[in-house]
Formats: sequence, structure tokens, C-alpha cells
Amino acid sequence: MDDMMFLTFLATLMGAAWRLATPLIFASIGEVFSERAGVLNIGLEGTMLVGAFCGFATASATGSILIGLLAGILGGMAFGLLFALFTITIKADQIVVGAALNLLGMGLTAFLFRTYYVSTGKGIEIAQPVHIPFLSDLPFLGEAFFRQNLIVYSTILVTILAALVLYRTSFGLTLRAVGEHPKAVDVAGRNVAGYRYAAVLVGTGLAGLGGAFLTLGHSNQFVEGITSGRGFIALAVVVFARWSPTGAFFVSLLFGLFYALQLMLQAEASVVVPYQVLQALPYIMTIVTLIVVRGKGAAPSKLGQPYEMR
Amino acid sequence: MSNKPFLRIDNIRKRFGPIVASDGVSLEIEEGEIHSLLGENGAGKSVLMSMICGMVRPDEGEIVYRGEVVRFNSPREAIRQRIGMVHQHFMLVPNLTVAENYILGQGSALRVINDMDKVHARIRALSDRYALDVRPDAVVEDLSVGEQQRVEILKALFHGIDLLILDEPTAVLTPQETDRLLSLMGDLVKDGKTVVFISHKLDEVMRVSNRISVMRDGRVVHTVDVGETNARELARMMVGRDVRMELPRSPEPAGRIVLSVENLTCRAETGLPAVRGVSLDVRAGEIVGIAGVSGNGQTELSLALSGLLPVDSGRVVLNGKDITGLDPARINASSFSHIPEDRHKHGIVMSLSLSENAILQRYDQAPFAARGMLNGRAIGEHTRDLIKRFRVKSRDENQAIGSLSGGNQQKLVVARELARNPDFILVNQLARGIDIGAMEFVMEEMLKQRDNGRAVLLISTELEELFAICDRILVMFHGEILGELPPDRSRLDELGLLMAGKTEQPALAG
Repeated sequence: MDDMMFLTFLATLMGAAWRLATPLIFASIGEVFSERAGVLNIGLEGTMLVGAFCGFATASATGSILIGLLAGILGGMAFGLLFALFTITIKADQIVVGAALNLLGMGLTAFLFRTYYVSTGKGIEIAQPVHIPFLSDLPFLGEAFFRQNLIVYSTILVTILAALVLYRTSFGLTLRAVGEHPKAVDVAGRNVAGYRYAAVLVGTGLAGLGGAFLTLGHSNQFVEGITSGRGFIALAVVVFARWSPTGAFFVSLLFGLFYALQLMLQAEASVVVPYQVLQALPYIMTIVTLIVVRGKGAAPSKLGQPYEMR
Repeated sequence: MSNKPFLRIDNIRKRFGPIVASDGVSLEIEEGEIHSLLGENGAGKSVLMSMICGMVRPDEGEIVYRGEVVRFNSPREAIRQRIGMVHQHFMLVPNLTVAENYILGQGSALRVINDMDKVHARIRALSDRYALDVRPDAVVEDLSVGEQQRVEILKALFHGIDLLILDEPTAVLTPQETDRLLSLMGDLVKDGKTVVFISHKLDEVMRVSNRISVMRDGRVVHTVDVGETNARELARMMVGRDVRMELPRSPEPAGRIVLSVENLTCRAETGLPAVRGVSLDVRAGEIVGIAGVSGNGQTELSLALSGLLPVDSGRVVLNGKDITGLDPARINASSFSHIPEDRHKHGIVMSLSLSENAILQRYDQAPFAARGMLNGRAIGEHTRDLIKRFRVKSRDENQAIGSLSGGNQQKLVVARELARNPDFILVNQLARGIDIGAMEFVMEEMLKQRDNGRAVLLISTELEELFAICDRILVMFHGEILGELPPDRSRLDELGLLMAGKTEQPALAG
């Protein structure tokens, strides 16, 4: 590879990294909200699948990507409502319910897809890249950052908005308190369960959006298990990011880079490593991350624990 | 008494399942007084006050506040009526700043927080007025327990209160911090506020109150003016019988060294240094106390001695044998008994029966086991014997220990540890969570052990406990032993200074 080719390779890599990070950014920022309120939702994978399917089904029926994305969010939230009902109101174990929802999400979307779509095999029109004037013509940077579709660009907006809500509003303050000392929130006159519901709904709505991006902004088809573990990786991202939305954005980008690298190295004839090893890269990095970034650190102290009101 | 009291509690009843917490309590609080509520653990003081501040709703009876019947559904409603409470377990969110804690739950939920400067200024002004040293931008988890308590009190003032209820506020303070708090209570009253002070410490109550109400078994049994009573009488009202305030000390001099600790250091679970070069000896026939505000390395010292926390350097020698770094089972088997601070974590298994708990360290030894099988009859006999000797209130030995009261759980732990006939007994918080009657009993048991030539190391944050039975008291601060004092109440000031880490001796006058 000469220098020029290498730069092109790098630019393509960066662009792909952001694109591939997008579902992780949505899902992990959502999970930050949920976990900050003390609710560990390991059902992200299933939730993202539901979002991906709802997005695909709605977009193929209406022809509108925007309505598809909305359907993805609503589908995720509907799934989240189920999770919240079991874990917050009924106080069932969050891990068990999360695992159940993962299975339900996988089974349900596979069933519906096979029933209604598999024979047609029809793809949909996906969100097209929007070239930002001038900036997209910049050498290297243009290719890397300014020829994405609107959903990818929106990750920046979502990140900033999430950080503002979490750190600069009364809602965010209370949410952070709910995961640390719910009783203090109760005594201060706020409804702990209500905040947890809200946090779960924000979380699963964003996870649904992340799923919908897969079918509406990335591939033009729903495939069974299309999320391929991204929901679980998002959980790792949250830990690595120390439960911060901006942290989740950048850590997701890092994981996006692993995904992109894996894809591009597969295409590179000069790389002799078997492609299965490359494919495993994001997952291996997840495990490495969790080993390196360990310790409780910033974890909300009531994470995973139901709140009993007296 | 005026005919319209500030706050009147009329015949209140409250049950939690089968437990009657308030059994027809009546009480009157007058405006501008410090009214102490005295009683043993479980007498119903905290529950009663929780009902006044809206945390708990009474089943029956009424609360009349400023001439009107009130029914608070939440602490927020009580605060609106200017009633605030500082709970024993602080209602502060550790990862937020002081100011963020104060505005938690205030205003609309969707509000953007943009008035932080004003909030900070108000906190500073209030803090200056009462000399509370509260910094609005400090993160709560970085503050000491004493500081957190001041933050809690200031929170109530910030929200605007006329009636302040303090639930066992001095339990976590050094004597100096306690003095400061008691004088703060005086300042609040001067400002026209009314204070209810919940405590089980007779001397503090005597010092600060205008009136004292004594609670027992969910009722107020007496209300007296402070000038018309004394500590002994109050103790009798609390327990319902005479209490011996002084326990006899044996004149016997201490014998050989049983436990010797040399330059022990270890780190807390967080990885921070917790015990920094502690050396001490405990001889046969003496009770050595370790005083200190909690969190100064006492927990780690006791865990390290009993093998539950790794030792970084130094030596622990028991009966001439080096037991440093052995696992807890081996240390237990070396004539070492441990009555732990955190009973639920290190002392008992809540879901197991009394008899299973009674043989926790000896389940594989004769006569309790043979050829890998438990001998139910031997275990049952042994447990029944312990229950009888230590008056553990229980249905039978097969009852789950978790269903017993804290005091009875502790009695079983003490019984189990003493029944092993140890040479050395490590006690961390002997009387935690047990009432004054049971406390007297376990203290007497400790003295019996001492008289039988056992060596006892008693770690406690309760100075009364130390004064009552120790032969000498070491003071621990910041992981070090700062000094040693005889158990002489007249030297309380000196002890308090050591507990606050002040070692410099004042120059002798003249």
C-alpha cells in the first residue's frame, strides 16, 4: 500500500466506523439512562431486534424512513414497557426478565419475518448519505465524516441532548439520584418508580432506534438476528464509558472502528488471517475491555435492585 | 403547660405486620423547646417521629400541629408545614453535590437547572449563620460522617423548618462533634425553632433538653422536666427496672500476653491503607478497648486479625504462635473467637436455624459430626444449652435465626463464641442493635470471661460500653493507635481529642 492508498483506506475506515457505531451509540446512551436510574436492562439485544423489525416492516409498508424510525422507537418502548412492568412494578429479577426479553425478541421477530416477509425477499429504500456542502469535499475528512446519512449525523445531537438532560435538568438530577439513593428521592417527594419507568422507556426507545438504523440506514433488509450481539456490546460500552453519555459516544466509536476494521480487512487480499478470526474482533475487544476496565468505579450503587417503598 | 401545644400526638397506633411499633402513644411538644425522646432500641422512637414527618402513616390516632389535625402522606407535605427530620441513615445522594442534594425534587421535573449560583449563595449564607462549615459544591461521598450530618441539618434549614427532629444524631460523632451539635440545637431554639432529640444516651439528654419523654414498648411512659430527674431515674424508666450503671472490676492484675500484634498494616477493600502500623498486646485477664469514630480502621483491624482481610505487613501472634495471614478457619481453630461488627455478613447465616448457626465453625467436628454426617441430637442439645444459658428468646432451636430480634441474634453469636472456650476474644461492637437489658447481660458475660483469664479486645464506637468494662482504652485514628488511657470518665476530653486525631498535649500550666 502506498501512502495515498493508505489515507484512502483510513478515511473509508473512519467513515465506516461511525456508521457501524451508530446503533451502539443509540443503544448505549439509552442504557446509560436506564442504568443511572438503577435498572440494568440486559434485554437490549431483543429490544434492538424489535426496533429493527418494526422499523423495517413500517418503512416497507409506508415507504417512509422517518415513520419507520418512529415505529422502531415505539416498538422498543413497547418492549421496554413490558420490561418495566415486570422489573419495577412486579419487582421480578432484572437479569431474568432481560434474558427472557432477549429470547422473546429473537423469536418474535424471526417468526413475524418468516411469516410475512421472507418469501418476498424485497428490500427497502434506505436513508441516503447527505453530502455536507464544502466539508464533504475536503480531502480525507470529507470521506470520513461528511458523507453520512442523517441518522448517523443525529448521533451527535442525541449525545449532546442526553448529556444536557442528564446533567442540566431537574429530571436528570433526580434520575441520577434514583440509581444511588432511591429513598432520598422518595423522601424528597418524587416517584421513584415513575422515574425508573421513564428511564427504561428512554433507554428502550433509543435501543429501538439503534435497531431501526440497522434496517433503515445500513442494510436494506431485515435478517433474523440482524443485531448480532450489538445489544450485549452496548452493555459493555456503558461500563467502559463509566455511565456517561459522551463517554458512550466515544467508546461506541471505538467499537465501530473494530467492526469497520474487521470488515475491511476481510476484503483485503493481503491479510492472511482467517476471516472468522476477524469477525470475532468486536467481541474479543468487548471481553478485553471488560477485563481491563473493571472495578465498580462509577456504577450506580443500586444498579439491579428493586426499590421497596415503606 | 399552655393549653394549646405546638404539636400534640394523640393515641397513635401503628403496626408492621405482627409487630406493634406504636401502642397508643400520646405526646405533647411545646414551641421553642428541646424535647428529648429517650428509649431503648425498638421502643418506638424513630417510628413515632417518622409518622410526624410523613414517612410512615399511623393506623390510628391523630397528630395536631399548631391547633390543626394534620395527615401527611409524604415527607414533602411535612416539609411544606415546616417540619423536617434528620434520619439516622442520611437521605443524601452520595454522588451528588451538597447543593444538588438540596434542590433534589424541588420545582418542576422538566425544569432546566440554571439558578445554581443563587442556591450556592443561600447555602453559604445559612452555613455562616449557624457556623456549619458546609461547602455547597462538595460532593457528599467525599465528606466525613460528621460533615454529612451537618449537611443534613442544613438541608432541613434550607427547606425552611420550624420543627426539627434529630434521630440519634450523636451515634456517629466524636465527643467534640457532639458538643458542637448540642450547642447548635441551642442556637436553633434561640432562633425560635423547636427541636425533638431522639437518643438513648442519658448524659446528652440530661445536658441539652428542656423536657424528656421516655418511651418503652411503643408508648410514652413518662414526660419530665429535666430539672426534676436524673440519669439513674431515666435509666430505670427506660428499662422498667433498676440498671447497674457501674460494673465491678476485678482487682486481679493481668497475666501473660495472649495476643500480640506487631506493626500490622493492611488495606481496606477499596485498596486504600486502612491500618497503618498497629502494635498492641492483650494479656490474659484483661479487656482492652479500642475507641474511635467509626471508619478509622477499626473494621479493617478486626477483619485482618480474624483472617478476613489480607495483611500487608506486620505480625499477629496468638499464644506464641504466628497466625498472620492464616485463613479464618485456622485462626478460629487457634483458640480465637470473633464477635463481628457486621453480624449479618460475618456472624450468622440469616436463613439457617439457630442450631445450624450455633455450629458454624464446628460442623465437621465431634460431637457434632461423625464420618461426614451431622449428629442432629448433639447439635440440638448444644444449641438448647446455649439458648438457655444466654436467655436467647426463641421458639426452639430449629427456628431461623433471621426471624429473631437483633439482640437475640447477638446473644446467640456471643454464646457460640464463648462456648468454644477461647483464649482470645475479639469483639467489634458488642452491643450493636441490642437493648440496654441485653447489653448489661452480655457485658457481664464479658467480665466473667475476663475473670476466667481470657484476653478480650473490644472495639467500640460507644464510649459508655468501653468505660463500663475495659481495663484500658486505646484510641484509634486514621489507622493508627494514637494513645492509651485508663477507663476514667474524668479524662473524656482527652479521649475525645485523641479520637479527633489531636495528639499534642497542652503545655502544663505553672
